Amino acid sequence: MVAIKQISIFMENKPGRLVRAAKTLSDANVNMRALTIAEAGDFGVVRMVVDDTEKGYRVLRDAGFTVSETDVLAVEIKDTPGGLYEIAKTLGENNVNMDYAYAFVTAKAKQAMLILRVDDLKRATQVLTAAGVRMATREEIQRI
Amino acid sequence: MPVEDLHKLQEDRLKSLVRFVYAHSAFYRQRFKEAGVAPDDIKGLSDVTKLPFTTKLDLRDTYPTGMFCLPKNWVVRYHISSGTTGKSTVVGYTQGDIEMWSESLARALTSVGLGRGDVMQVGYGYGLFTGGLGLHYGSERIGATVLPLGAGNTKRHIELMQDLGSTAIACTPSYFLYINEVAQEMGVSIRDDTKLKTGVFGAEPWSDETRKRIEDSTGIKAYDVYGTSEMSGPLCTECHRQDGIHIWADLFLIEVIDPKTGEQVEDGERGELVVTTLDKWAFPLVRYRMRDITILNSEPCECGRTHPRIMRILGRTDDMIVVRGINVFPSQVESVLMTIPEVGEHYQIIVDRKGPLDVMTVKVEVTEATFSDKIADLMSLSKRVSGELKDVLNLTAGVELVEPGTVPRSMGKAQHVIDKRKV
Ligand SMILES: [Zn+2]
Repeated sequence: MVAIKQISIFMENKPGRLVRAAKTLSDANVNMRALTIAEAGDFGVVRMVVDDTEKGYRVLRDAGFTVSETDVLAVEIKDTPGGLYEIAKTLGENNVNMDYAYAFVTAKAKQAMLILRVDDLKRATQVLTAAGVRMATREEIQRI
Repeated sequence: MPVEDLHKLQEDRLKSLVRFVYAHSAFYRQRFKEAGVAPDDIKGLSDVTKLPFTTKLDLRDTYPTGMFCLPKNWVVRYHISSGTTGKSTVVGYTQGDIEMWSESLARALTSVGLGRGDVMQVGYGYGLFTGGLGLHYGSERIGATVLPLGAGNTKRHIELMQDLGSTAIACTPSYFLYINEVAQEMGVSIRDDTKLKTGVFGAEPWSDETRKRIEDSTGIKAYDVYGTSEMSGPLCTECHRQDGIHIWADLFLIEVIDPKTGEQVEDGERGELVVTTLDKWAFPLVRYRMRDITILNSEPCECGRTHPRIMRILGRTDDMIVVRGINVFPSQVESVLMTIPEVGEHYQIIVDRKGPLDVMTVKVEVTEATFSDKIADLMSLSKRVSGELKDVLNLTAGVELVEPGTVPRSMGKAQHVIDKRKV
């Protein structure tokens, strides 16, 4: 299975909360690979992929944050025009719905990656693999 | 006791009370004269409506002891309740008044199955507040063992609950919820790791849904206790049927009135509780308006008791907030939240004014167990809460989802309403 774990944090839109979360992780030597914030008025959800998910989850929880773990896919995007479109098209044609997606560029590999949450993880993996799309494994994310 | 005998006893005691206050208190003589009523006019129970009401305002005007009916050297104890507005209320007790108070509560605790061999952990504050000492004396009178911990020091509560095998606890319902939270953090399950089986909760309005949540999460039976400092302190509870609080008819004569007109309402109708004390002498009450909203039920209870019952307090006439002309009781908001498992039991209502319009916002905590990382789920949760509030309150309220643990917890009465409107 190529699914990786993403950490989500429920956060009120109050100054300092995000900084505190980031500090909690860095104090524990947990490195963020990708981060995105989805806002909705008074609150938001911070989603992140880190190198050590178990530890990240634990230290955030101990620090009093409301956290959950979610299975997502880390998809490599071809560095060509239309790379993203192809992924969306493949999923759409196969009736897999994307809940959300966010991109990041890896420092070492200098490659764009897309974090994807879909409603059917297994099917998404199958159809993307069939379409020749590569997905990063947990180990790879840790090594980036 | 058959209802007729109880009524006869009430009638005799009412007549004595009226003669007593008239003879001993300049305040009551004056009041009776203004109302055009003399002790001899009270010939039967129904004549009680001829008597004038007394109110919190009278207590304030006669502060500290102007409504006492016995000289101060009869008084063996004072309790004082701090008023949130204006002056505090001073209550004095004769030795007999303390006995009556203990006796009333002892009967109540017996009716929920407590007695010798039980260990009662008192988590109400001790001191000028009546909660701690009231439950203390009442529990001792039934032969139970009292653990006088008071409010606060929550970890100690949990440790001693385990070490000394407490079977009962008395505190505010919000404090018990807090104790349960702390116990969970300490890795202690009240259900599995303690002998607690009975909770006596009061001093703030709470709902049946809170009861269910307490009972489901801890495995104890939760009983409502009622009694204000003016009446003595905590005095009466539900019986094991959990279907209304029995108010001992030989000790208190209760009426439920329409707060606007002062007329008695029918059994089953919502109104303000009015209390006349029948066996309390240093500081008796004559038709004292409690400002608590309840429903009277005079039908005999399935437990066999004929003492009338009041339904759980549905709010206070002064807790009631008026938002855009609609009456809102915090207990209504609470009962809605308790039916939605995705949100925690702690909440805060914030009322503000934006331009000419009142705006009500309810802060509720997202629970860790049900936290979804999808914004759409969270939005629909907040919409659902808002929708259900609207169904019950007939009022649109904003819902703010907040992180667990951020709504202020309290050791005593929870402050559920913050009114930022400046009049
Ligand atoms: Zn009963």
